[in-house]
Amino acid sequence: MSAAVAANAVTEQGRAGSSTLTGTWRLVRFIVRRDRVRIVVWAASVVAFYAYFTFALDTVFADPVARQGRAAVMETPAGIVMGGPGYGLDDYTTGVAIANEGIVWMVLALAVMSILHVVRHTRAEEESGRSELVRAAGVGRHAPATAAVITLVAMQALIAVVGALAMVGVGSELDVVDSFGVTIGSGLSALVFGAVAVVFCQVMEHGRGAMGASLAVLGLAFVVRAVGDMRELGGSTLSWFSPFAWAQQMRSFVDLRWWPALLSVAATAMLLWLGSVLASRRDFGGGMVASRPGRAGARSSLRHPFVLAWQQQRGALMWSSLGLGLMWFATGTLMPEIGTMIGDIVADNPAAEQIFGPGSSALSVTFLGVMILFSALCCAAYAIVMGGRPNGEERAGRAELALSLPVSRPRWLGSQLLAAGLGTVVLLGVSTYGMWLGAVTVGWTDQTFADYTVVIVNYLPAVLVYLGLTSALFAWFPRFTGVTWALLAYTFVVGMFGGLFELPDWALRLSPFDWVPGPFLDDVAVGDLIVLWAVAVALPVLAFVGFRRRDVVTT
Amino acid sequence: MTSTTRRAPGTPAIEIHDLHKSFGTVKALDGLDLTVADGQVAGFLGPNGAGKSTTIRVLLGLLRSDAGSARILGGHPWRDAVALHRRLAYVPGDVSLWPNLTGGEAIDYLTRLRGRTDAKRKAELLERFELDPTKKAATYSKGNRQKVALVAALASRVDLLVLDEPTSGLDPLMEAVFTDYVREAKDQGTSVLLSSHILSEVEKVCDTVTIIRSGRAVEAGTLDELRHLTRTSVTAVVDGDPSAIESLPGVHGLVATPNGAGTRVTFDVDNASMGELLPAIGALGVRSLTAAPPSLEELFMRHYGVDIASDEPGEPAGRHSAVATPEHSAGAR
Repeated sequence: MSAAVAANAVTEQGRAGSSTLTGTWRLVRFIVRRDRVRIVVWAASVVAFYAYFTFALDTVFADPVARQGRAAVMETPAGIVMGGPGYGLDDYTTGVAIANEGIVWMVLALAVMSILHVVRHTRAEEESGRSELVRAAGVGRHAPATAAVITLVAMQALIAVVGALAMVGVGSELDVVDSFGVTIGSGLSALVFGAVAVVFCQVMEHGRGAMGASLAVLGLAFVVRAVGDMRELGGSTLSWFSPFAWAQQMRSFVDLRWWPALLSVAATAMLLWLGSVLASRRDFGGGMVASRPGRAGARSSLRHPFVLAWQQQRGALMWSSLGLGLMWFATGTLMPEIGTMIGDIVADNPAAEQIFGPGSSALSVTFLGVMILFSALCCAAYAIVMGGRPNGEERAGRAELALSLPVSRPRWLGSQLLAAGLGTVVLLGVSTYGMWLGAVTVGWTDQTFADYTVVIVNYLPAVLVYLGLTSALFAWFPRFTGVTWALLAYTFVVGMFGGLFELPDWALRLSPFDWVPGPFLDDVAVGDLIVLWAVAVALPVLAFVGFRRRDVVTT
Repeated sequence: MTSTTRRAPGTPAIEIHDLHKSFGTVKALDGLDLTVADGQVAGFLGPNGAGKSTTIRVLLGLLRSDAGSARILGGHPWRDAVALHRRLAYVPGDVSLWPNLTGGEAIDYLTRLRGRTDAKRKAELLERFELDPTKKAATYSKGNRQKVALVAALASRVDLLVLDEPTSGLDPLMEAVFTDYVREAKDQGTSVLLSSHILSEVEKVCDTVTIIRSGRAVEAGTLDELRHLTRTSVTAVVDGDPSAIESLPGVHGLVATPNGAGTRVTFDVDNASMGELLPAIGALGVRSLTAAPPSLEELFMRHYGVDIASDEPGEPAGRHSAVATPEHSAGAR
């Protein structure tokens, strides 16, 4: 009798419960249901970018002089960092420009989407404990990650197809196959970063950590491609170490070849395989790195909400400072090389001198300006993340516990914002002075320490606006704190393509960075800076007023 | 600010009158009254969603009430929040801790902000609650997170303990330790508001009980007073025809089943009608009889298990007996 029962149980198990992929399709449907708005917003934004980019280029490139001017820019270091390896610069048409300049941003945007999607549906779910319920309900070990990857691939495919069709529809004479080359190449390259996130989700115990590590890899890949492409027109060996290159090197609209996309496919497959091996070895909820016992009592300094807030933020600050500091230091060390490059361009092409002005210093300042813009954008992102911490504390229920102590609301919120603000200042300082230090180390002294200090002082209020906006939204409309990210994306687009898109003046002015005087230029706009500071101060004040009045939300 | 919170001896620790609070269209509190006398342990009972946590959050100044008055330790919960919070400790029902702090660090932080700290007291509490303070909060189970908040609250010398379902996730041994500490707090003159849906917990330590439902108090008083309102459950095996007692006033929900030669009857009887019941049942020839005093379970079920309005003499038989059996009441919870 018992033997029969046991045998029965075994077959039962064999039939229903043995696969680690059981339940994948149900999870896929669930993810699509849960993220339907998110998916539509991402897809629509990316497709809109493809379409608008095509439209703007077509409009601008109607003038052949503008076209060749743009091509000349793409040969400069700043152009290479913002763009690509520079295929087809001698006949710079809309299609070529899309491939050369658009791909890097498409890959960046799609990669961020991929990383967020993967972390959101694997490690973050596990961390929150929701996944525990799901996994207990006849869902295999690998099912959640597999479902996340399947939905991600589907999203990328959708975006690639619709994006290519939008390009062909909007563009005046874009080749269909080449358009697909751009979108499919970008999607596959971005997928690699999704797979990187899958691996980190196995190794790291917290979603935040997995996301940070994946974004760091993305940043590194961005830098590697940029540096590699600067070495040689068309990219050097170094470029090929970055997935960005695998999309750009398909040479869409110039001399399309598909095999570089296979590199993305292979890398994705390998990373997913690695992820599944790691997933099979670890415990549910656990990482690869075991947590150690800590202190039995708190340090005597931990007796103020600010100390706690600082303690909570300092890990992220340390890693961001280290990562970004090194990155901008490395960028600084490129300056002499860039100076030489610019000298060559001007020597080879007298027309370039007409476009960029006499001498090479204007071009190197342009390059530095773009770098400063990037580094300030990174700091703004940090400010948004840290400015969102009070919201996270409240949602997790920790605000309730903290505010049940003799801690007033302004003191609680102020502590977190102060820690976030200080962290942002530190990060801006480390990034900018890192660049200076890198340049000085290799003997590039065109810009002095004082010049960099002015840059920091000028950008500081702009970066703090993001912190202030996040906190004000937290106080008044806590459900809409994500709007700050939209502003950051907008700032980026305006900063990079504002001139190209010929946006009206008021639209440019919506970007806080538009109020900052150009770095290393002598234009001083005291009025603009006063406005920026006023906004940067008014927003947190608004936050204090709002947060004093409202209910503390509990789950 | 201190003048508003300094109160004369004998001022109630908590005094709530006609409190209203809505979230959108949902009325969480709908005219709640609640009083906790100085030095008293007050039970605050109600099913999930009755408004217990909302009440507590209003008392802590986390939520602003729409109407009505609430005083806590003589002060205004919203205006005087910071000064009041020096004199009270709060344990939420679902404790969420800072993941990168250890339990010990969290306890120190919480007690330091409340005021004086006492290392000896902390060590004693850690030992009694069997809590390892060196683990990171992220690795604690729910019960252990609960213990962290309990240790932090009990380690602070305060005038009022506000405990919102504090034992959820604790095992019975730890519940007993908790009960000991609540008694100790009471002996030292601390007032306690203990919200719970675990009736035995409230029964063990509370002087008074307020039962709320849908945001208003439906019953309040000492345990003895509430028992007067209720009935005694009787189970007996009799020889005669039980219909003789079924018709008595004050007897409810009689169920008769054949039991060997006799008949087994179970019913509830109003305590006030007990005098008339005894001779009547005696006349039937009693083989065995048990009469159980009403537990809080029954008090509770009377308010939530069945419609109070129909809870009148002569209601259908099967209905009330379902309420009295523990399996059903557990399920209904």
